[in-house]
Amino acid sequence: MTNLPRRTVLTGALASPVLLTRAARAATPLKIGFVYVAPIGDAGWTYQHELGRRALQAKLGDKVKTSYVENVSEGADAERVIRQMAADGNGLIFTTSFGFMNPTIKVAHAFPKTKFEHCTGYKRAVNVATYSARFYQGRFLAGLVAGHMSKSGVIGYVAAFPIPEVVQGINATLLGARKANPKATIKVVWTSSWFDPGKERAAADTLISQGADVLTHHTDSPAVVQAGEEKGVWTLGYDSDMSKYGPKTCLTATTMIWDQYYIKRAGMVLDGTWKSTDTWGGIGDGMIKMAPLNKAVPAAVAKELDIATRAIASGRFKPFFGPVLNQAGKVAIPAGQALTDKQILSMNWFAQGVEGKI
Amino acid sequence: MRLEKREAPSAAMLWVAPLLAAAASVLLTGLLFAALRVNPLAALRLLYIDPLANANGVAELALKMTPLLLCALGIAIGGRANVWNIGAEGQFTMGAVAGGGIALVLGPGGGWYVLPLVLAGGIAGGMAWAAIPAALRVGANAHEILTTLMLNYVAQDILSWLVHGPWRDPQGFNFPQSKTFADAATLPTLWGTRLTPIFFVALLAAPCAWLLLQHTSAGYRLRVAGLAPAAARYAGFSASGTVWLSLLISGGLAGLAGIAEVSGPIGQLLPTVSPGYGYAAIIVAFLGRLEPFGIVVASALMALLYLGADGLQMHLQLPLSLTGTLQGMLLFLLLAADVLVANRIVWRRAP
Repeated sequence: MTNLPRRTVLTGALASPVLLTRAARAATPLKIGFVYVAPIGDAGWTYQHELGRRALQAKLGDKVKTSYVENVSEGADAERVIRQMAADGNGLIFTTSFGFMNPTIKVAHAFPKTKFEHCTGYKRAVNVATYSARFYQGRFLAGLVAGHMSKSGVIGYVAAFPIPEVVQGINATLLGARKANPKATIKVVWTSSWFDPGKERAAADTLISQGADVLTHHTDSPAVVQAGEEKGVWTLGYDSDMSKYGPKTCLTATTMIWDQYYIKRAGMVLDGTWKSTDTWGGIGDGMIKMAPLNKAVPAAVAKELDIATRAIASGRFKPFFGPVLNQAGKVAIPAGQALTDKQILSMNWFAQGVEGKI
Repeated sequence: MRLEKREAPSAAMLWVAPLLAAAASVLLTGLLFAALRVNPLAALRLLYIDPLANANGVAELALKMTPLLLCALGIAIGGRANVWNIGAEGQFTMGAVAGGGIALVLGPGGGWYVLPLVLAGGIAGGMAWAAIPAALRVGANAHEILTTLMLNYVAQDILSWLVHGPWRDPQGFNFPQSKTFADAATLPTLWGTRLTPIFFVALLAAPCAWLLLQHTSAGYRLRVAGLAPAAARYAGFSASGTVWLSLLISGGLAGLAGIAEVSGPIGQLLPTVSPGYGYAAIIVAFLGRLEPFGIVVASALMALLYLGADGLQMHLQLPLSLTGTLQGMLLFLLLAADVLVANRIVWRRAP
């Protein structure tokens, strides 16, 4: 060291930080953040997003570093958490609840270089993409199974809030059930909460006492499936495969698979091709999958379900296809017509055969 | 083993005990992190220091403590008079509904007069909601612990109905949320952060509450009613006046917290506007020993724990339930210290 000319030492000292940063930059993984509305748990809406995060981390390995914050409430806290994630250097942030829409847009405005992906919303920006899945496709198929399995023809539905996404699910379940049993009806009980196992359980008990012999839910806990298993009533799961909570009675479940979407979008940020888009994937895209059928479902029903699944996946069949009347008996979908995406996205009416008020 | 009341709790210990409890909790927390194979120093730093590492962090802390402080002050004033308001959550919500309703009715545009109207509406909404249990207590002798609690659920349902129905944003694809408030109905933010001036109102409310309790005849009547109801009756202090005064102040403060939240960081009405501030404030009030200045410290501490929880999850992948455990441990130790300051443990063999 002492023999080196002074200039070389200096140049080396000056050059090395530059080299280091370059090397470090190449090796620095893309940081990706996830904001969850509920605790992760072991089934449900947030759990499915967590599975997507894990799949993304497993697939892209060293190239990405993912993290999450769970149980973030949809009020003033959301903006703080999203902002913190952006300030911490996350290059891509997934905000996975509708109520995170406005906070996501606000933070995105302050961090133009960060990419944001908001699930189930409708506001986009240059650096905010939106994505969701056609849950109603799975609901229609689950309804078809329910229509075949129900003796009373009454399906009990435990639902959180009357927003379009939930209303779509209720109508689609009814239309599916009526393919099997034209007299099928749905009774709805609202819980006013996405996650409240106690209320969900009480609602399930109420519906059973009102004669429902198939139950389903648009809430995040497996409480309804557990209630069905205890009382020997069929159930249709939602979000995750819930058969472990109802091995005897859970017929199938509408599940959401975000894995491929997350891997694809992270890859786009890595290779610089990410753009703000609006994705609404369904069964054909692998975003919605039906959980394996319960053994109790007859082979003929399984076959019919399989045919219907393929028809929906290929786009040959659309669940919201007329004629469909609304609760007042007026035409909601004219005969021979399918609803447009825009009409489905703002659905605020119940089909005839649904008992309950929006 | 049993507890025996100390005749004169040491004045010094009253102040030292919480510090000891905090130190013990830091130590236990560190051990817990070590057991989880997480570097305890890094984790403690994330929990207690990093949230305050920059100006934005400090502003976020102040923003988070504002509703806790306002609600807890109200609860403490009632608590000193032995009137227990469990309904800050509902009064917070009705403050948001009343003030937010004014913001929505006035719509876009409007001048300087909009914001004062909105804030006054929020305070009035909270007071009106607290007036119901006050009337029920005075008129029908229905205990306020039950009525205030039950009205929380009613308030939540009213808000939920409004944003699902008449106040739903027509441009919002039927999603349950109101329009965003006009600029004139939105609180200004300070220094490029999300902090609003209501934080300073909340800070100012603490000495006001102290003055009210210690240096006014109304405050004196409240304290006597709490400490010795029979003496208060004998002195001719109106029992119903005590109930009305403490619940109205409590409700007004919670209502202000509610409107500050929706016309501040939220900016619109949502199906739920409080992540449980009204309930957390009960803990804050007791942590602060129902003393206004203690409550300022307690609300800052609670807010810090909320912020620290974000960091632990983001950087160390520690689940939220762990932070819940840490918060519980800290609160438990603080309250245990309180018990030991007021009482001594006496070991005695069974006779």
